[in-house]
Amino acid sequence: MDALNHLLTGFSHALTPENLLWALLGVLLGTAVGVLPGLGSSMAVALLLPITFQLDPTSAFIMLAAVYYGGLFGDSTAAILMNTPGQSSAIATTIEGYKMARRGRAPQALATAAIGAFIGAILSTSLVAFFSPAIIGLALRFGPAEYFALAVFAFIATSAVVSQSMVRGLVALGIGLSISLVGIDSLSGAERFTLGIPQLFEGFSIITITVALLAIGEVLHVAARAHTDDGHESMLRRSGTPWLSLADLRRTLPAWLRGTVFGVPFGVIPSGGSEIPTFLAFGTEKKLAERRARRGGRENEFGKGAIEGVAAPESAGSATAGTAMGALLGLGLPTSGTAAIMLAAFQQYGMQPGPLLFERNGDLVWALLASLFIASVMLLILNLPFAPLWARLLLIPKPYLYAGITVFSVLGVYAASSAMTDLWFMLLLGLVGFMMRRYDIPLAPVLIAVILGPVAESELRRALAVGQGDVTVLFGSAISVGLYAVLLLGGVIVAVNRIRARRRATATVPGSKAGAAS
Amino acid sequence: MSKHLILRAVGAAAAAVIVGAAVVSAGSTGENTSEARARLTMIVPADPGGGWDLVARESQNAYRGGDIVANTQVVNVPGAGGTIGLAQAIRLEGRANTLMVTGTVMIGGIVVNQSSHTLNDVTPIARLADDYEVVVVPADSPYEDMSDLAAALREDPGSVAIGGGSLGGTDHLLAAMIGRDVGTDPQEINYIPFAGGSQALTSLLSHSIDVGISGYNEFSDQVSAGNVRILGVSANERVEGIDAPTLAEQDIDAVLPNWRGVMAPPGITDEERAELTAIVTEMRATPEWQDTLERNRWDDTFQTGPEFEEFLGSEIDRITTVTEELGLA
Repeated sequence: MDALNHLLTGFSHALTPENLLWALLGVLLGTAVGVLPGLGSSMAVALLLPITFQLDPTSAFIMLAAVYYGGLFGDSTAAILMNTPGQSSAIATTIEGYKMARRGRAPQALATAAIGAFIGAILSTSLVAFFSPAIIGLALRFGPAEYFALAVFAFIATSAVVSQSMVRGLVALGIGLSISLVGIDSLSGAERFTLGIPQLFEGFSIITITVALLAIGEVLHVAARAHTDDGHESMLRRSGTPWLSLADLRRTLPAWLRGTVFGVPFGVIPSGGSEIPTFLAFGTEKKLAERRARRGGRENEFGKGAIEGVAAPESAGSATAGTAMGALLGLGLPTSGTAAIMLAAFQQYGMQPGPLLFERNGDLVWALLASLFIASVMLLILNLPFAPLWARLLLIPKPYLYAGITVFSVLGVYAASSAMTDLWFMLLLGLVGFMMRRYDIPLAPVLIAVILGPVAESELRRALAVGQGDVTVLFGSAISVGLYAVLLLGGVIVAVNRIRARRRATATVPGSKAGAAS
Repeated sequence: MSKHLILRAVGAAAAAVIVGAAVVSAGSTGENTSEARARLTMIVPADPGGGWDLVARESQNAYRGGDIVANTQVVNVPGAGGTIGLAQAIRLEGRANTLMVTGTVMIGGIVVNQSSHTLNDVTPIARLADDYEVVVVPADSPYEDMSDLAAALREDPGSVAIGGGSLGGTDHLLAAMIGRDVGTDPQEINYIPFAGGSQALTSLLSHSIDVGISGYNEFSDQVSAGNVRILGVSANERVEGIDAPTLAEQDIDAVLPNWRGVMAPPGITDEERAELTAIVTEMRATPEWQDTLERNRWDDTFQTGPEFEEFLGSEIDRITTVTEELGLA
């Protein structure tokens, strides 16, 4: 095995004490910026860029890649403990993770997230090391029409996240789509809902939206009920052991693997690459849990803190990092902000990622791939023992804890944009988040719409522009036709099941109108 | 909790120390130096990772390596085609230790975003380097040279999907200039904007679009690998290291340098301006910067003072006209 030999040589380069130190530094820094909302690994990599000039290229890339992976491990910590995802790849983790924390299962949620991130990272890095040509081939089969098909697929597949009430779910999707429309349209240059404010020309940043809706909204919600309700006190108590039980592991192991399967192909996709699979993985787990419950299996815990809802999105999110590195190295395609800056770093060293990089700079590439494995192991060792310790943050009395969340949120949003206007937007959107909680409108569809809406829109319009308005371009390839076919099939199955269920219901309870708004 | 927090803090602190040490290690400049030599702030009116950001971070390295400025910091102020950063630079009136990175893209950005601020509101310091655009097609494309492409554009401009970077950026401007020169209404050109050249590249390789336009660096590796071919370069004479004819050689009057330069805030004194010019001139002479130029295949088109002002004036007129012809104003 050629690749295996190369990889072993890579390990021999990466396992020098010096390079191990850079990797350790990278994972520490990556975890730190990952934990803080607003500070992402892309910012950390940009800050490190001038410093890495002084290092030899191999050490520099080992450190930068470790920062990237560290960010994906760290992003779930604040998501679970404070309802504030550190990066957008942890939004899906937030939904059930925070509920687990409120039920006193924060340590388990944190451990699940850390192991999930580890499994996703290791598996996808292995795939890249051994099958990178296939992964690059996959990326090159995608044009605007295929991206659009994928976005439609994700939209419908994640509708499982939409709450029990269809109307409320649609209202939430509408709010999200409206938020995502703000800004200058990238395909026509038209201003949309900017009110002539230059700061809105680029639209709301995803950091501002998530921090405002999830963290500020929650803080306002808790503050508004501070005197009437003590229900949240339960999160201060810890129940059971801080470690994952065997029963937990039986539930999370398949979820981790399923999440990885979702994450791997999406790493090579430029927009929404790390978020779409996390939502798809989340939606799938929720559907599976519902089906299990229907068939008389384990109770469906979604909505109350289901551990699968943390496991799958976390492994999906970090699985994208491996294949994103593959796309960066083998194609020169940066699929995330962090990857874009790493591309600039390659150019600083006079190297151009692309089809010839493996031949020209093989030593560096294999050492880098080896160090990704090393960084993943380091991150697991670093994160796992600290899960119960992190969880003790929740022992801080509620007023201080929520004050702390507010401070972190404000700092994060300001750090990301260094503009006061973004803080006003954050407050405004925070109020929207608060009202949504009051009137029981789910938040997840808003975030899905914010991420998927622009992808779907711009890819559709690009595809149509290429085809000069001919709709058939949308069905021009096996990939897009295949995706639509799966959707259609899924739709038929759901419809048949529903009709059957209704017939059964009317048969057992004659005259009653069952399942009206499910 | 505390133990853990301490550990995290140590990590963050270690990183901070490294950053600090790297910055301070260069801080051995002599006494009686100007404010700008002690502490220089570079405003990058775009996100990290782009062309302007690269200019700032490469020159940051040269300022440090050449012992010219003790402490250079780069601040990214992205948004609205660079005009948010421009507005910020204008607000820093009189601040003689601030430089803003700018270039061709900002001229288009000012028009597209109908910015009330323009490049006339800041103090020109220097043009640093030029980069050229290339027009590429997949290896198996039917277009062998620019005349094939020109013929196709004349016949049915809509049938040629041209991909490149954002609307009103240099890639788009070059597409419009080519269209205009071959006798097609620039607005008829079927230009598909992407987030950047590399995203356009994948669409090119998947044959979703027919032609790609971007900086040479975005495509160089795919060119060497034989996956894409260069039809033409937007320079006025052949560029060293790029094995392809210019557009001008093929009778297409579309010369478009993607220049990058630095500007200071308004309201600084003549002495302060001279000092900033001296600092940038010293920076240009460093081996670090020369290395930067070579690595990125940037053309050393260094200009300062009246020479730069004259260039700037004519570029603003020219680019603004093209952008308006595109119907983006």
